[in-house]
Amino acid sequence: MAGASQTGQQLAKEGSRMENETTFEIQEKDGLLVHQGVIRVPYTWAAGEVASRFYAGLREKKVLGLRCPACKVVLVPPKKVCHRCFSDLTDWVEVGDEGVLQTFTVVHYSEPDLHPVEAPFAYGIIKLDGADTGMTHLIGEADIKGLKAGMRLKAVFRHQPQGNYLDIAYFKPIEEANHG
Amino acid sequence: MDKVAIIGVGQTRYERGNTKSFAELVYEVTRKALDDAGLELDNIDNVVTTTNDFYDGRTIACMAVAEASGSYGRDATNVEGDGTLSAFYGLMRTLSGVYDATIVTTHCKMSEGNPRKLFNQAFDPIYDRILGMDAISSSALQARAYMDRYGVTEEQCAMVSVKNHANARNNPYAHVALEITIDDVMKSPMLAEPIKRLDISPISDGACAIILATEERARKSAKKPVWVRGVAHCTDAYRLGERDLTYSAALETAAKKAYKMAGIRNPFKQIDVAEVYDAFSYMELMWYEGLGFCDRGKGGKLVESGKTQMGGELPVNPSGGVLSAHPVQVAGLARIAEAVLQLRGEAGGRQVPGAKTALAHGITGICGQTHCVWVLSNEEA
Repeated sequence: MAGASQTGQQLAKEGSRMENETTFEIQEKDGLLVHQGVIRVPYTWAAGEVASRFYAGLREKKVLGLRCPACKVVLVPPKKVCHRCFSDLTDWVEVGDEGVLQTFTVVHYSEPDLHPVEAPFAYGIIKLDGADTGMTHLIGEADIKGLKAGMRLKAVFRHQPQGNYLDIAYFKPIEEANHG
Repeated sequence: MDKVAIIGVGQTRYERGNTKSFAELVYEVTRKALDDAGLELDNIDNVVTTTNDFYDGRTIACMAVAEASGSYGRDATNVEGDGTLSAFYGLMRTLSGVYDATIVTTHCKMSEGNPRKLFNQAFDPIYDRILGMDAISSSALQARAYMDRYGVTEEQCAMVSVKNHANARNNPYAHVALEITIDDVMKSPMLAEPIKRLDISPISDGACAIILATEERARKSAKKPVWVRGVAHCTDAYRLGERDLTYSAALETAAKKAYKMAGIRNPFKQIDVAEVYDAFSYMELMWYEGLGFCDRGKGGKLVESGKTQMGGELPVNPSGGVLSAHPVQVAGLARIAEAVLQLRGEAGGRQVPGAKTALAHGITGICGQTHCVWVLSNEEA
């Protein structure tokens, strides 16, 4: 786990460099002043038991979900409590790494600080085989003009998992046997 | 429910890059609402503000606007969410019997932050925030799901944009008033399929305030009271993948509850004018369905029929709606303020003649996770 502790050290370093709200620039508009600044505040989020186990699964290329004992639905990605019946969820199940595209969009605008890939690219909601909920994710290795709801996609796992959502790098369309 | 009335409203003009401070904006609408109601601040005993720390770029942001809302020496509380929700909270406090007159204020200066980055912070930092989605790209997933399921067309969505931007020409508070055609919308730059530049609401700054009063106080007010006849709020699942994105179950539940309170059996016939939260053109069509103005999947047909235009059976968004001004957090309260103006016959060029019953609707969260529905009337129950 050398990688993990290194990340921890990096985060600690970020923390020590906390910048407070600072006014960098003052501009004038319609005879009034406008103060322009940046807020930069390091933060730590505990992933918790459920997400930690989900990410441990992805490290082994397994997609894990939680089954609700009352609603009988499998939630992927998993969460602690069923939003419908309020059951505490503990029944882990492995679902497939392939599934069905429920909806999608092709993004044409550029937002480099936010987007993990360059536009145009596609987002989709994918319901994996064995799951009852959809996962929002990126769609890659695809002809983005040919995307259709109902098509089958497969998870492409990141080579070096880091314990976050992009340990599935993206979902790619599954070539049909008689394609082309 | 005991009778509660809205007796005063105030709005700023909505625009991008307004140079007033938060407090200056809120003072403007507080003063306007008091003058509208013929009240002085001494008559107000309860203050509800609406803020979002991320949008405002400061923590405990309510303190930046509380004094401008008249908080000094009074009971002042805050809601983080759409203005319809702070109004709901103000209504409940009014019903407690402890307060006579409640002022609800809300402000937004979305132009001062980075809307896409700020909205992305609404996603789960442990899971999908890293995908970089914002309001436009997440709503595009909902638009596609809805349109695919029911065969609603991009042209039908465009009709909402044409209608509401045209209505905005009669609203002096509107930010973006346009005379455009379906073709203009269809040819505007594609942002996130199927959503195009003219399908989305603008980034607007502004503020709004309303004054809620008990029956006793309302009977003494300067203006004809507008009575709260029904109101309800309902929340869906947080994650998009756990919702039926083709239909808003939360809106349907909220609308049914509000209609039951108000004694409304056929909303399309009994409501004279509606102001709904159309952050994107497709949303107005989905909200028609959730509000029971038409059957599921028939929102496109309804706008096509012209019945929701000015002069139609049920004009929707005579003000130009959120497509014409989107000060987030203000937009829902602005819907209520517009409904009040309609019921008083004070809506000027956007007046729906003889309107007796009006609906106002607000949303909060990714793709309308929560919905709040208000039924207002100038007639007592």
